[in-house]
Amino acid sequence: MQNRFPIWKNTLILIVLLIGIIYALPNLFGNDPSVQLSSSTVTPLEQTQANEVEASIKSAGLAVKSFEFADGRILARFKNTDDQLKAADMLRDKMGNDVTVALNLAPATPAWLSALGAEPMYLGLDLRGGVHFLLEVDMKAAIKQAEERYNNDIRSALRAAKVRYRSVSNEEGAIKVVLRNADDKLAALDLMAKDFRNLDVVESEEGFEFNATIGENELREIKKFALAQNITTLRNRVNEIGVAEPVIQQQGDNRIVVQLPGVQDTTRAKEILGTTATLEYRLVDVEHDVAKAVQGRVPVGSRLYYEKNGNPILLKRRVIVTGDQIVDASSGLDQNGSAAVFITLNGVGAKKMGKMTQANIGKPMAVVFIEYKTETRVVNGEKVRHKVKEEKVISVATIRDAFSKRFQTTGLDSTQEARTLALLLRAGALAAPVDIVEERTVGPSLGQDNIDKGMMSVVVGLLLVLVFMGVYYKVFGLVANVALAFNLVAIVALLSLLQATLTLPGIAGIVLTVGMAVDANVLIFERIKEEIRVGNTPQSSIYTGYEKAFVTILDANITTLLVALVLFGFGTGPIKGFAVTLSIGILTSMFTAIMGTRMLINWLYGNRRVEKLSI
Amino acid sequence: MFKQEIDFLGKRKLALIFSSLLLVMSIVSLALNGLKLGIDFTGGTLVEVGYDQAADLSALRASLDEAGFADATVQNFGTAKDVLIRIKPDENLSSSELSTQVLEAINKNVADPAELRRVEFVGPQVGDDLAEDGGLALLYSVFGILIYVAWRFEYKFSLGSVAALVHDVIITLGVFSAFAMEFDLTVLAAILAVIGYSLNDTIVVYDRIRENFRKLRKGDSEQIMNASLNQTLNRTLMTSLTTALVLLALAFLGGEIIHNFALALLIGVVIGTYSSIYVASPVVLALGISKDDLMIPEKEGVDIDEMP
Repeated sequence: MQNRFPIWKNTLILIVLLIGIIYALPNLFGNDPSVQLSSSTVTPLEQTQANEVEASIKSAGLAVKSFEFADGRILARFKNTDDQLKAADMLRDKMGNDVTVALNLAPATPAWLSALGAEPMYLGLDLRGGVHFLLEVDMKAAIKQAEERYNNDIRSALRAAKVRYRSVSNEEGAIKVVLRNADDKLAALDLMAKDFRNLDVVESEEGFEFNATIGENELREIKKFALAQNITTLRNRVNEIGVAEPVIQQQGDNRIVVQLPGVQDTTRAKEILGTTATLEYRLVDVEHDVAKAVQGRVPVGSRLYYEKNGNPILLKRRVIVTGDQIVDASSGLDQNGSAAVFITLNGVGAKKMGKMTQANIGKPMAVVFIEYKTETRVVNGEKVRHKVKEEKVISVATIRDAFSKRFQTTGLDSTQEARTLALLLRAGALAAPVDIVEERTVGPSLGQDNIDKGMMSVVVGLLLVLVFMGVYYKVFGLVANVALAFNLVAIVALLSLLQATLTLPGIAGIVLTVGMAVDANVLIFERIKEEIRVGNTPQSSIYTGYEKAFVTILDANITTLLVALVLFGFGTGPIKGFAVTLSIGILTSMFTAIMGTRMLINWLYGNRRVEKLSI
Repeated sequence: MFKQEIDFLGKRKLALIFSSLLLVMSIVSLALNGLKLGIDFTGGTLVEVGYDQAADLSALRASLDEAGFADATVQNFGTAKDVLIRIKPDENLSSSELSTQVLEAINKNVADPAELRRVEFVGPQVGDDLAEDGGLALLYSVFGILIYVAWRFEYKFSLGSVAALVHDVIITLGVFSAFAMEFDLTVLAAILAVIGYSLNDTIVVYDRIRENFRKLRKGDSEQIMNASLNQTLNRTLMTSLTTALVLLALAFLGGEIIHNFALALLIGVVIGTYSSIYVASPVVLALGISKDDLMIPEKEGVDIDEMP
């Protein structure tokens, strides 16, 4: 009965301790108020721009702490928030619309720690302040849109196959097709079976008609697509606001969580999230002179637009297709190896596009990006909200040959530009309307308040426990206290390592873990006391105490862990935050309370003669 | 510290009466008063604002009234400078712009504008979902516990542990209902944590009972269980005391938002400690536990199974 750990066990514990300290360390350094600049266009920022920004910050006499340029993004850290805000205002004016200027709290982690992948914990909005939105996607609208689309597709398919029909109409979740005679009906059903496999066709007894409904799988796909596209769209829009570290996540089947740390102006945030955008394809007016149009003499049947680079361009008034006729878009390379965007249109769009391109081969066609924004302006001291329409020509390409349902847009400068265009085509507009079903804003002062009070209560509670344990269990109590302190370090390290979000209920979860950790030690120490009471030697009492308590601790902790995991699986928001810290805490407390204290006890009492234990 | 050999199980009839009384009272209160559900469950808008000086609540009410929020409740939150405004969900005004309107209303024509501390808007639909999710989480954890305890111990123990935690949850809810304390999402999290804690306590006692059943040759079930309860009493009280210490700190220093959370856990810890002694074990005893139930089964055919 030696009460000695083999060297490998001690080494393992010490290594875990060291790793714990390293990964918990970044939390001590806090954050730097900083300004982050990134490009809002396709081209990333360049070194010259970075130099320019650096120079202008320095000449403004602002106390800049450090200045970083990497991956086309600029990060300027400041010594205080005053200078940070001043710098942000100045840079917004100076850099114009192509550069997004965002306020940020950059972790002040030393480089050697960052190199090890150590970053501070991510604080939830209740601790750092910001807005949280829960958006619900209107799936009924998404399905209705899909039905409209199928309606159009069926019409054009019937027409293409020269099947005459009386009517194609949308009725309560089904598309009703009425034909003239039995032959036409047979032909139509043939067509449906061939080209519309996603639709379930139900023949009607009376008349020459049938109903087509969207099948289960297709419905699921439509919903999935609507959600995915809305997330992409929202992500683009949030980037527009210039929020650092936004969270945009799916929740459940039809909800999206948007979290914007540091944003206080919810009205503005709501405006941007609700913005709608669309696309139009127009022919370029090559017959008339652009320069004259700029002077105000715009020819009839044409309109003056501006390209991304600011060049004026004349486009025909007549629209070929609009963005809501685009079903899908992806980027890639064309047969010549240059960047291209592959677009899929719905039936109506395809037909129009086919006709127009057939007649205009060799002429240029333009893609116009249109955005409707709601802006709040102060007029005569009152806030007035009005819709603003913004139009921009994002691409001009020559029509090589007639195309219909699927075609490619070439003439793009780079693959990156193609990617962005595809993204815009896909994500320019929301697939289905969204409702804000939940909105939570936490002011920065309350966030700080929450941190201060949370930390304070944890520290006081912990001190009470430490004193209590030390007085009641003496030396063993002190050993437990060391383990308890390391348990906290380990929890912080794991939270940081996993980049889990620490929330207010999360802090409460940590508190409960302190209770669990103490419990494990109490179980062990009470066992040891029992063993001593029945007259066993100190050495064997320690050994048996740990042995016997282990099973109990294991059972008790596994059941609690079970509960924590269920909470994590089903809970949302605060419950999830609580479950994360509780599960992590249970694991770390088992390790520290059993292995950690054992190592210390072994060092104190093991492998030598002991008359009496201080317990 | 404590002189041992208390006849816990001898007083199980008394405990049964006491527990039944608490349970009946809780259920009656829940049936009559219900729970004072927070915005998380009811939906609605909650605005917390802070002022530099003590807030004039009647003026606030008047300006909200004027803006058309007649049924808004306005109350101090923690201090005289902090105010909590609650607006019931309105089916006609499901839009989240409500919160913006509220803020505009209270900051209109005011010399000392309110500093926004937090705004919460929750649609009624979300509240329903949360209640459903919470209920499901509760149900699944109970189910998981039943299985785990039945596997590690015996089915009588799993019934006992679930009886104890249902007891704890109902009484904690009953206290919240009787004292009209607000029940929000953090309190729900606390209730779920109470399950964890109560269970932890119960399992520790059961562990000792199992050990003693296998070890002790003398004594009937009641005597063995009594001995086990006595042996674990020190630990039960120590752990409850230390956990309660931390929770007290949290309840009084953690701030207003976390106050009810800590309170719920505190109530749960007290009741959980009681139930692990007076509910969990008597149930197992009443179900007729015997030594035979816990004997380690002889492993027949092990040799054959282990052949490759």
